[in-house]
Amino acid sequence: MSANLIALLWEATLQTLYMVAVSGLLGTVIGLPLGVFLATSKRGELLSAPAVNAVLGLIVNATRSIPFIILVVAIIPFTRLIAGTSIGTTAAIVPLTLAAAPFIARIVETAIREVDGGLIEAARAMGATPHQIIRKVLLPEALPGIALGLTLAMVSLIGYSAMVGAVGGEGLGDLGIRYGYQRFMPDVMLAVVVILIVLVQGVQSLGEAIARRLDHRAAKDRGL
Amino acid sequence: MTNGSPKTAPEQPAIVFDDVVKVWPNSSGGAKALDRVSLNVPAGGITGVIGRSGAGKSTLLRLVNGLERVTSGRVEVLGRDATAARGRDLRALRRDAGMIFQHFNLLANRTVRANIALPLEIAGTPRSRIGPRVDRLIDLVGLTPLADRYPAQLSGGQKQRVGIARALATEPKVLLSDEATSALDPETTQAVLALLRDINRELGLTILLITHEMAVVRDICQHVAVIEAGRIVEAGETYGIFANPQHAVTKSFLSGVTGTALPGFIARRIVPDGTGPAILRITFAGERATDPVLSRIGSELGVETSILSGTIEEIDGRPFGNLTVELPAGTLDRVQAFLHAQNLRTEVLGHVG
Repeated sequence: MSANLIALLWEATLQTLYMVAVSGLLGTVIGLPLGVFLATSKRGELLSAPAVNAVLGLIVNATRSIPFIILVVAIIPFTRLIAGTSIGTTAAIVPLTLAAAPFIARIVETAIREVDGGLIEAARAMGATPHQIIRKVLLPEALPGIALGLTLAMVSLIGYSAMVGAVGGEGLGDLGIRYGYQRFMPDVMLAVVVILIVLVQGVQSLGEAIARRLDHRAAKDRGL
Repeated sequence: MTNGSPKTAPEQPAIVFDDVVKVWPNSSGGAKALDRVSLNVPAGGITGVIGRSGAGKSTLLRLVNGLERVTSGRVEVLGRDATAARGRDLRALRRDAGMIFQHFNLLANRTVRANIALPLEIAGTPRSRIGPRVDRLIDLVGLTPLADRYPAQLSGGQKQRVGIARALATEPKVLLSDEATSALDPETTQAVLALLRDINRELGLTILLITHEMAVVRDICQHVAVIEAGRIVEAGETYGIFANPQHAVTKSFLSGVTGTALPGFIARRIVPDGTGPAILRITFAGERATDPVLSRIGSELGVETSILSGTIEEIDGRPFGNLTVELPAGTLDRVQAFLHAQNLRTEVLGHVG
């Protein structure tokens, strides 16, 4: 493999990491509060707002129903509005974020619903406000689950990021299609796949390690 | 509200339930969880509410700190109307009423120290004051060596000690206990009850606890209320209720702890009426509890009794006993007259057929 190709692979890897990191971060910024709200706003819950909950739930489901490749193309005008352009790696962050946010919201919602209702009752009995219950009880207790869920979201984003070549987004997927497939360079294709495997493995291991560190629910061997 | 009188005088109850009704909104036919409940919880004492599961005791407890709302009636806590409190007032009231739970409800991802600090963080206590306060509480419940452990690394009894320390963090005047020992083994239960009793004495804390175990009432409660199907069927001083239970539910709760349950081999032979040997239960209470009554029946009446079952124990610091004896046929009336003359209560359980 020529030095040229190695440079290409390196650049594509950085582009993929850039897209995944930024859209993951933005997706979390949107998805986390959305998930918290979804988990606490059904009738009789802390922030009880059943109508808003139903509408947001519908929007989340609708967004998640659209296949990613269609989403990318369908929201081109919106992408142009936000990013100033509809093609390129930075522009690709818009659909990636839009796909990640509802996914992360559902993950956060599930993790928060896993928290024992007895803890909410205990916090209410201490005189906590709904805001304090979310900040001091629900989020910290759900954190290991959220960390695992975010890992899942990052892995999915790595997969999605391979499709943004359709709108001129670059990165590993785009490199694989253009060189490995269209120019029939199997060594490039193989290299792309190997790098993707390494990335996914790395993200998964890191996520699991973080979740383990955060989780104190089971008694761990600490030389008791 | 008490018109202008000074703050909760000692003789004033800490908690008053006044004609409280609780109906679950979604239940068919409006099943009443609580049906016109009135109860005074004396300040500075330990009061137990005992009932079977579903009797409404848990709902009753949750009305005190506004976790549940009355349908009608009124709950007064420390002279404040708990039924009307909302928002800031309600949260202030909750800080004056700590609560402990059957399943502890500790945060798994906080250490012992951080769990106990939580109510103080919620109350907005400055960080510099939280540390020393938490250290004192950990010491009070005897967990200093375990301060940096997580709940998963503790035993059930230790977890409940954390729960108690946490409930005391905001220096409440009332402690609500929701079946706090029901998930613990008998030995641990004793230790936790002893801790509650110490706290009650040393801090002058009013404790309202709910339980389904009469042993808990016997061991630490000065007052007890028996609840059945949403109604208080009997209430009063523990000693009096034990010595002279009126309601069938109370008696059935008592049978497990006061040695009033007959051994099976007698129970199977017993008939309500008959001329055979009588089975008589004698309750020893008050200053008569330790009198040598049986030997006097023997020496003064010439009647030989055989003991079938019996216990003597201490309730609220006073001796209390129950003795079931078999009397030879035809001696029942004389023996009963003799015992009643001694101010002892008797109950004919039947005759051996």
